[in-house]
Amino acid sequence: MDIAAGLAQGFAVAVQPLNLWWCFVGVFIGTVVGVLPGLGPPATIAMLLPLTHGMSPASAMIMLAGIYYGAKYGGSTTSILMNMPGESSSVITCLDGYAMARQGRAGAALGLAAIASFIAGTVGVVGLMLVAPPLAKLSLAFSSPEYFALMALGLSMVVLLAGASLVKALLAMLVGLWIAGMGTDLFSATSRFTFGRAELLGGIDFTIVAIGVFAIGEVLASVERQGSGQLQPVPRGLRNLLPTRQDLKESRFAFAQGSIVGFLVGVLPGAGSTIASLLSYGIEKAVSKHPEAFGTGVPEGVAAPEGANNSETGGALVPLLTLGIPGSATTAILLAALILWGLRPGPLFIEEQPALFWGLVASMYIGNLMLLVLNLPLVPLFAQLLRLPAHALLPLILGVSLVGVMAVSATVFAGLLVAVFGLAGWLMKRLDYPAAPLVLGLVLGDPMERALRQSLMMSQGDLSILVSRPISAVVLALAALVLLVPFARRLNAMRMRAVES
Amino acid sequence: MKAWLRNGDVVSGLVLATLGAFILQQALGWDYLTPDGPGAGFFPRWYGVAMLILSLVQVVRSLRAPAAQSAHEGSSRRALICWGALVGCVLLMKWLGFLASVALLCWFLATVLFERRHGPAIAFALVAAIGFWLLFDVALGVSLPRGPWGI
Repeated sequence: MDIAAGLAQGFAVAVQPLNLWWCFVGVFIGTVVGVLPGLGPPATIAMLLPLTHGMSPASAMIMLAGIYYGAKYGGSTTSILMNMPGESSSVITCLDGYAMARQGRAGAALGLAAIASFIAGTVGVVGLMLVAPPLAKLSLAFSSPEYFALMALGLSMVVLLAGASLVKALLAMLVGLWIAGMGTDLFSATSRFTFGRAELLGGIDFTIVAIGVFAIGEVLASVERQGSGQLQPVPRGLRNLLPTRQDLKESRFAFAQGSIVGFLVGVLPGAGSTIASLLSYGIEKAVSKHPEAFGTGVPEGVAAPEGANNSETGGALVPLLTLGIPGSATTAILLAALILWGLRPGPLFIEEQPALFWGLVASMYIGNLMLLVLNLPLVPLFAQLLRLPAHALLPLILGVSLVGVMAVSATVFAGLLVAVFGLAGWLMKRLDYPAAPLVLGLVLGDPMERALRQSLMMSQGDLSILVSRPISAVVLALAALVLLVPFARRLNAMRMRAVES
Repeated sequence: MKAWLRNGDVVSGLVLATLGAFILQQALGWDYLTPDGPGAGFFPRWYGVAMLILSLVQVVRSLRAPAAQSAHEGSSRRALICWGALVGCVLLMKWLGFLASVALLCWFLATVLFERRHGPAIAFALVAAIGFWLLFDVALGVSLPRGPWGI
């Protein structure tokens, strides 16, 4: 199927009234989640995932993806008005966005962020549409060894998702692998790590871990922080939210640069939207005629990072949908969602599920348009969410989390499990153990073990099957290269220290 | 209390080392290789060993590094109270049902953690419970645990 035919089929799916509704619900919730500091897309998608069981996979995916890219739009509002990122990817927008707001130009900054997000978000979808099908075709020759190599590459991304400590990231990933291994082994019917509990024979549902670690862990951290910021006044009326012609002229390169950089960074698993926005801001500053003005409220300082973090979303869906490799916590949860619905993201995904893939692509065009409309005239309304007191918001998040758990399994055991994972999520935050590697291990652990065991059954226990097949060997070599990244960084740091001294 | 016991990195490293040793001990009881290929103990044995080694590296590194003062000391009590309330809410669900338990949770957090007056806190808890019922039970048809009064 060529791209034009695929897109036509996709629009036929996306414009169905029900799918338009779920797209709107997704981008609306995404914007709200983006505006509220602390509550991110991984937590929200994890909480709402159980509620999608009654929906068709296409509608559910359209809604969950809407939350994912909608949050990128909303994140800038909090950065600009409160100097506090609503989303980690909007942290750099605080510099020039808040400075513009303090100069009384909050409207222009919000308008620029929305326009940059729309342009780059659309460019990201175009990139996804053009890159994903040929990449999927290339990987059609995959069998168990290649799948194992892909999973190994996915897990190696942990080194890129690691925060300050690689050891902690690896430990978090190993805990994820352990949780993934709980339950009855499908090859030998052995019960593993069930502690004699019948409830654990089927393993621990991914949703319970994700809700606990992300949503409840975040609530506990917020209760602990008790932080608050000062909200800058939001201008009312569409005219006051539109940037000037001069702002747009100064930002035209930033729109293009942010779109391209964001997409390319997104395709690389593990890099993420925060890096995309930081990189784009850095490039914009480096090529600017007035780099010294960055941080004082220049429009390019808002347009470049806000564009990059939206374009990154389209890029991040490329490895997720064509190779089954999630590059971040949010895409790992989306991968788990697809698996829960009985779908197989990977090389055959576009061929097996053309309506879902193209429907998702088409819905992202529509969703970006909806977000532009939502985020320009309705920004003052969304900004009111920032006045929502913590004593109301946090218990409500706990309540929605519990609804999510009860939708998966309405038992006290499931409720207690989610509380345990919530405590673990909070402790991980306190002790700087990154959560994304845990999710990566949890999502990839089971398919990786299965692919390895199937590969070794094919070769009657001969491990060389993993390196004797060219694609598998290349992907494993790539994984090894990724694992060497921290050492290269360390060598470079040593070299820099030597040069400085 | 000994200084190292207050170092979260050391304690978490020790906990994970224990978990790694447990995984390894369990995995040793399962088949490593079978005539058909790797057995149930193959994968856990490898990640158990890796966890044990990495967590010990973590402990040694943390003991060598100068002890950092935790920035969170004072307020972790609030987080633990919130967590305890959540556990209580889950346990009460069996008898009171979802809506009443969540209403109690909302009231408790508003009054104890956020020091709101009882009147507004009760009103908030009631509105939240009705909202949950209308949105999830009535509109979305989610099957929530029911209390003695049928909702």
